[in-house]
Formats: sequence, structure tokens, C-alpha cells
Amino acid sequence: MTIAAPATQTKPAGRSLVWRRIRRNPLSFGALCVIVLIILAAIFAPIVAPYDPDMPDAMAAFESVSWKHPMGTDMYGRDQLSRIIFAARVDLSVAFAATALAVAIGAIFGAMVGYAGGWIDNVAMRLVDAVMAFPAFVLAMGITAALGNSTTNVALAISITQVPAYLRLIRGEMLRVREMEYADAARTVGNPPWRIVFIHLLPNCLPPLIVQATLAMGFALLTMAALSFIGLGIKPPQAEWGVMTAEGAAQIVTGEWWLFLFPGLAIMITVLAFNLVGDGLRDFLDPRMRGIR
Amino acid sequence: MTNLLDVADLTVHFQSDAGAIEAVDHINFSIRRGEVVGLVGESGSGKSVTSFAILRLIRRPGEIKSGSVRFDGVDLATLSEEQMRRIRGAKIAMISQSPRTALNPVIPVGKQISRLFRLHEGLSARVAEKRMLDMLDLVRIPDPRRRAGQYAHQLSGGMCQRIMIAMALATSPRLLIADEPTTGLDVSIAARILDLLRELGAKTGAAIMLITHDLGVVAEICDRVVVMHAGQVVEAAPVRSIFHAPAHPYTRALVGSIPRVDRDVAMTPIPGSVPSLLNPPPGCRYVSRCDHATDQCRVARPPLESRGQDHDVACYYDIGRQTGGVAA
Repeated sequence: MTIAAPATQTKPAGRSLVWRRIRRNPLSFGALCVIVLIILAAIFAPIVAPYDPDMPDAMAAFESVSWKHPMGTDMYGRDQLSRIIFAARVDLSVAFAATALAVAIGAIFGAMVGYAGGWIDNVAMRLVDAVMAFPAFVLAMGITAALGNSTTNVALAISITQVPAYLRLIRGEMLRVREMEYADAARTVGNPPWRIVFIHLLPNCLPPLIVQATLAMGFALLTMAALSFIGLGIKPPQAEWGVMTAEGAAQIVTGEWWLFLFPGLAIMITVLAFNLVGDGLRDFLDPRMRGIR
Repeated sequence: MTNLLDVADLTVHFQSDAGAIEAVDHINFSIRRGEVVGLVGESGSGKSVTSFAILRLIRRPGEIKSGSVRFDGVDLATLSEEQMRRIRGAKIAMISQSPRTALNPVIPVGKQISRLFRLHEGLSARVAEKRMLDMLDLVRIPDPRRRAGQYAHQLSGGMCQRIMIAMALATSPRLLIADEPTTGLDVSIAARILDLLRELGAKTGAAIMLITHDLGVVAEICDRVVVMHAGQVVEAAPVRSIFHAPAHPYTRALVGSIPRVDRDVAMTPIPGSVPSLLNPPPGCRYVSRCDHATDQCRVARPPLESRGQDHDVACYYDIGRQTGGVAA
């Protein structure tokens, strides 16, 4: 019988639709490819990197860009390219951990606060205003200075500065979806409040959250590099883009330009890529763009 | 045997900056077991508010001011929120007027039904899924297995309403509140949905409270009709009496405003609109639209009184007596 035919046809049609919409935004798609490449390089760093990133070579100190060392070497003769590849592990994982934690806390509390409304909502939003009124970077500096700058604390500091943004975002979305008819429907069938909030309503708030989180990945990475640059982030022996930029910056006057240029470029390209992907996702998930094929 | 539902003296107010809006004002009506009752009235007559009040789901600024709702002999106002949750969905289910928006857009429709079994009957995922497929079969959704995995936006309006009915009947409720279940559906689909409701109601023994402004729908499936106007019950009677011997001027006007193709009678619209419910005057709320209004109507609200077998009317003017009786 031919009854099953439509079912088998819908899948390829759906996939090609997604593909067409991705192709409408080649810049974001390119950025996504860049991020995937960076992540792969970080995961397979021991295979990809040509040298041991921490192995000093006194004979090869301050070597400029060459075939042997495509990004030159530092004052100890360590290969810059290998260090940049290994540094991606730290940078990406800290940025990811910080963002994930901030998203989780922001989404859970934002959802509860937004659904509850009333004075709870008021108090929470004034707290958020207070935190947001404080410069985020200064706050992150203060937290790492107070807690000590271990990798965990850096992630924690960055995530704390980001929580208010997610909280406000999800709270706003919750105010919208809690008035939807499916919220009423969930109430009329006897769901307890926590099920209504987390199972029925929160999934409907996710698209803007995904966009915000992607954009914030870039910002988290930048904050972390900046903290490391001023010595309040990751500590020097560890290969990290901010640390390397700081070390390289000290050599500008003596002409070793490759030492700060390449880590700086790594930061810039990665942050830019996350921002472009975030922008692309925003268009991709925008319901108003759904009809356009 | 007691009635399934007794609404007594129920009053719901909505607080606004200008004062209290009396959306539902001291209403009384009952629903017997297995009965199909139509709750009829224009927009703004308090029909939907009544249904939410029964489920105790009136949210601020709304508030139940007085009255009681007895369901199966139990006063719902005395139950804890936890006990009330076990009534909602399990004993009293509701079908909303816009099926597509009442279904959660990000959860497959089948899952929305099977979750009810898990929530109210504690069934395992596998058994719940089987019961869900049975329900989809019952509401005659073709190819249930495929449809169950789809989302609301992939289904037609009629299909969504069938899903809603499946959801509502899933846990065999004793009372099904259907809030304008056929608005937004085209006529042929609407008729089929009504047939399905009536049939499944009879099969499961559930009483149906059908909220509608469409007397055609009422004539089709109801046993009894409760007519509401401006937050008050003005008449309650078996469906035959409503059409053949309407006693309240508003009911007469409603019946007279049905377009007829079988008779050469002009359809008469009801003059005016539902009066403002913000600090309404003390008398009958239909007074400004009524041909028979007297001074008495302006001063005191007519009580809901029996006019014969199972027929209650809230009006001082007795149409039956004035016109020498209309054959029932």
C-alpha cells in the first residue's frame, strides 16, 4: 500500500529545509565550522600539536616564524603553535563550564521566579539589577581575587557574573509562556507547579536561551583571557591564551611580535566565531523566519 | 442519588482599578450523572469563568467571593490544593476552545496524553504508551503511532481537537467541561467532533458541561440547557423546553436570533450588548435590553424560580401566562 509513503518523504524534506536555511547564512555556517575545528584540535591536541607544549628548548628560544615553528617559539624555546593548541583545551572548557553553570542556575531560578511572580519576582529582579549595575569584569576580578585564582574559581567567577542575564531572560520568557493556553491546560489536568514550570513551560523558553548562551560563550572566553592577562585568571606555567598574550606583550619592545599576535588572534577568532554562530542561531530559531523557505 | 455537580450561589469577582467586576454573580445550577448540559450565553456572560471556578483555577485578580461547588457530594472548596490536583484531569477534565494553542508546542502530542496516565494512575512508561495509543484509536485518529510522535503544529485543527478529547477522556473523568470545543473548526469537522463527544460521553458515562454560544450545537447534543446572561443564570430547562417554551425574554431572544432556512422568519438580533459588570445596578441585568421591563425589574433582582417540571427561570414577567401558553 502507499499509505506509508508520506511518512518516509517527510524526513528528507525536513533535512533539506534545515540545510537550505543554514546555507542562507554562510558566514555563521563558516563560523560554526571554525568552532568545530578548534574543538577537534583541542580534543586531539596531543596528536595535532607538533611539539610538547611544555618542553623547553634553550637552543630554540625566541625563534621567529618558520616552517619548523609556524608561530615561532617563546623565551624558553617552547613551540607557540603547540601551546596555542593545548591552550584551547583550557580556554574552551572553562568558558563552557562557566556558561553551562550560569545557564543552569539562571534557567532554574529564572523559571521559578517568573512563574511565581509577585513579591518573589520583585525581590529577585532588584537583586539582578544590583548585580548587573556592577561592572561584570570588576566583579569577576573581585571574586577571583577573593577566592584565589584556580581554574575552578575562574570558571565560578565568570559564571556568577553571567547568571543575572540568564535569570532575567528566562524570567521574561516565563512571564510570556505562563499566560499561554497550554499553561492553563497543564493546570487543568492537575499537574503540580514544579511539573508545569520545568516540564511544560521551560522547554518553550529554550530558543532565546540557546542564542544567549552561544553569544555568552565568546564573552566568557574573553573575560577569562582578560583575567589571565592581568594575572587574576589562569596562572602562567599553564598554556592559556590570555596568559600567553600577556607574556608576549612584554616582548613587544624587543620585537618578538609573534609572541602576542598569535594568542591574541586565537582569542579574537574564537570569540568572533561564537558571536557569529549566536547571531546565526538567532535568525535560525526566530519563529518569524520559519515561513521563509 | 445526589447530583454529580451542584453549583450553589457561586460568585466570582475580578478586582480592577475601577472596582470589582462581577463576572459570575450568585449562580446556581446542577449537573446530573451522565448528563449533557449546555451552558449558553453571549461572550462575556461568565461561562468560561464558571468553568475555571469549578476547577478552582481562578487566578488573581480574580477571586471566588462566595458560594460552593459540590462535586460528587464533596465541597471542592474544602479540599487541599494537593487533593484538588487529583480531581483536575482525573475526575473533572476540560477541553479548551483553541485546541492548537492548548497543546504544548514542544512536546509530541502522544507524550502529552501518556504523561496523564503516569501522573494520575502511576502507570509505567510502556503501559502508558499503550493506553495512549488506545485513546488515539478511540477518538479515531488514523495511524495513531505516527500521529503520536508529531507536534501540534503538524496536525490539523480537527485532529488537535481529537487529541484534546483523547487527553480529556484519558483518565475516565466523571465530568467533562468542553469550552466551545467547535469554535474555529469548520462545520463538517465540528459536527463530527460533537458526535464523537456525545458518543464517548455515553460510552464512558461522563457528564458533559458544554460551554457554547451556539444554540445549534446545543440542540444537537444537549439534554438540558443553562442560559447565562451577564454573569447570572436566567433560565435552566430541558433542551425541548428551551426551544419550544423559552420563558425568559433573553432566552426567547437567543432562540429568535438563530437563522432559520426552513421557515420564512426573519432572524432578530438581540438589541444592545451584555451590560458592564463593573458595579452593576441592583435589579435584573437584562433590564436595558428587555421589552417587558417594569419598575420592579429595575429595583430588585428576580430570583431563580421553578416554572414547572425541571424548568427554572429568573424573571418577573411570565411569558407563558401573558401569551396564553406556548405548547411545550
